[in-house]
Amino acid sequence: MATYVSAQSTQVGVKTASKRVARPYVHPYAAGILLGLVLFLSFFLTGNGLGASGGLNRILVSFEDLVMPDHVDRVAYLIPMAGGDRNPLENWVVLLVVGTVFGGFLSGWFNGRVKLETIKGPNVSTRTRWIMAFLGGALMGYGARMARGCTSGQALSGGSVLSVGSWAFMFAVFGGAYLLAYFVRKAWN
Amino acid sequence: MTPFPLNLPQLLGSPTYLIVYLIIGVAFGAVLEMAGFGVSTKLAAQFYFKDMTVLKVMFTAIIVAMVFIFIATGLGLLDYNLVYVNETYLVPGIVGGLIMGFGFIIGGFCPGTALASAATLKIDGIIFSLGALFGIFLFGETVGGFEDFWHSTYYGRWTLMELFNANTGVIVVAVMIMALLAFAASEWAERIVGKRTEKQPRWRYAAAGSGLVLAFATVVIGQPTNAVRWNMIAEQKQPLLDTRAVFAHPAEVLKYMNDRKIVTMLVDVRDEADYNQFHVRDARHVPIDQLSTIVEEFHALPENAVVFVMSNDEEKAVEAWRYLVADSVVNVYIMDGGVNKWLDTFGEADFKTAAAIESSGPDMLRYTFPMAYGEKHPASAPHEDRFEVAFEPHVVLAIKRGAVAGGCG
Repeated sequence: MATYVSAQSTQVGVKTASKRVARPYVHPYAAGILLGLVLFLSFFLTGNGLGASGGLNRILVSFEDLVMPDHVDRVAYLIPMAGGDRNPLENWVVLLVVGTVFGGFLSGWFNGRVKLETIKGPNVSTRTRWIMAFLGGALMGYGARMARGCTSGQALSGGSVLSVGSWAFMFAVFGGAYLLAYFVRKAWN
Repeated sequence: MTPFPLNLPQLLGSPTYLIVYLIIGVAFGAVLEMAGFGVSTKLAAQFYFKDMTVLKVMFTAIIVAMVFIFIATGLGLLDYNLVYVNETYLVPGIVGGLIMGFGFIIGGFCPGTALASAATLKIDGIIFSLGALFGIFLFGETVGGFEDFWHSTYYGRWTLMELFNANTGVIVVAVMIMALLAFAASEWAERIVGKRTEKQPRWRYAAAGSGLVLAFATVVIGQPTNAVRWNMIAEQKQPLLDTRAVFAHPAEVLKYMNDRKIVTMLVDVRDEADYNQFHVRDARHVPIDQLSTIVEEFHALPENAVVFVMSNDEEKAVEAWRYLVADSVVNVYIMDGGVNKWLDTFGEADFKTAAAIESSGPDMLRYTFPMAYGEKHPASAPHEDRFEVAFEPHVVLAIKRGAVAGGCG
């Protein structure tokens, strides 16, 4: 099932850094089933779902704690993570994030998709794409902390255990993106 | 006892147990990459109805995880009480979600997918991740200015079952049907708007059918009631009652009340009249039929918390203990001999001779009070050094299992 070859991929035959031919992506439903099984196993074994922004947050806070420990000890939001001699990295979601990067690389490598490149719509310059990526990332990071979770930690995890807040959040994310999509259509089409 | 989730810190030791999350993370990252989520244009196409991969993968993952979770909880393999359900802060969640939606369409990723993208050296993914770190930094520095808003509209652990006042199975089936309809609509949009003509595989019908069957299975299996949950653990827990291992002497209760390092919760399950006559300082009045209302709060207690339940003697307290233990509350003890023994131990001699009466039945108060003292009676909060009572300590604080705080950490 996982080996189903999607005909829609445009990546077939592209030579990549790993000197392999990039294989096409797994069919969305098959990928979804795999992702669902990973999510289920996570809940089943640990009681926790998946997460990403929380791990990024803690990695960032560990830097802040190195550079300006006094500041960290004074900001209410940062204290529970890194106040005093707490280690913000000794937390499940940090390990999860490290694993995510590693797993992404492994899958990319074995499928010949590791390649230094910028992916963008046909009608924008690379520089514009970079600026938009940074701006979008900043909004994402800010919003994810405000909503106490990102697409993984709220929508996927909270959605599957039927949290009301997570479902409301999910509709808000899709709603926000669809609202703005028309105005940035040049960037992607 | 429900074997899952595992008590990982106890099983593997801390911090070694974190390796499990590393492995889960590797699987997560690999699947994201395999789905094509490392490619921003593919993600963004979702919002022009051209390539609905995002919706398909996400909803498939949600319904697959959902049916397996609720089959496992229904069969008593997994304890839903110990599964982290994101707490609802409704308005901050929606506002944060909208901001993220804007970020999604401008930047082309969400945080998890950006990591998979950066891992395969996509420069836009790397820059997006740096941007996300900047946004997170900015939030940490500015949240102090709108702390009240950030903590507003808090509903705690609030599930769709509670919102719609429906059985778990019904909600699972409804979500499943909604997802399948969304898939059909997505494929239709891809054909019409995206002008995509490739044939979709046949097995997806079989998969959809299996999903429906599994969803209906959760209806048939149902979810275990508190009584059923007790039956599942009775063999293991009943001996704790029989050997009186979970009965704590009033003097031990007093010791914990005065211990500032321990969060001590006293739960008084007697009827209101008795509670108003006299109760131990800071004891909460929770009638036995309302225990379900405190379970969620007690799950959220920190590791160093201990709960003592009490009635006049022990009968109702034992019943309450069974209820809380069956609902996976940890560190619950029964006050040995109940409020009667408390008064035997901590009542002044002249009070005892004046107020003692014959017990009018099992689990009835053996003292009478001229007025409703509540906790204003001297025996409510006795001085520890005035009453030196020897007791055999029974309280042993256990390590909690399951998720204490989840979501995004």
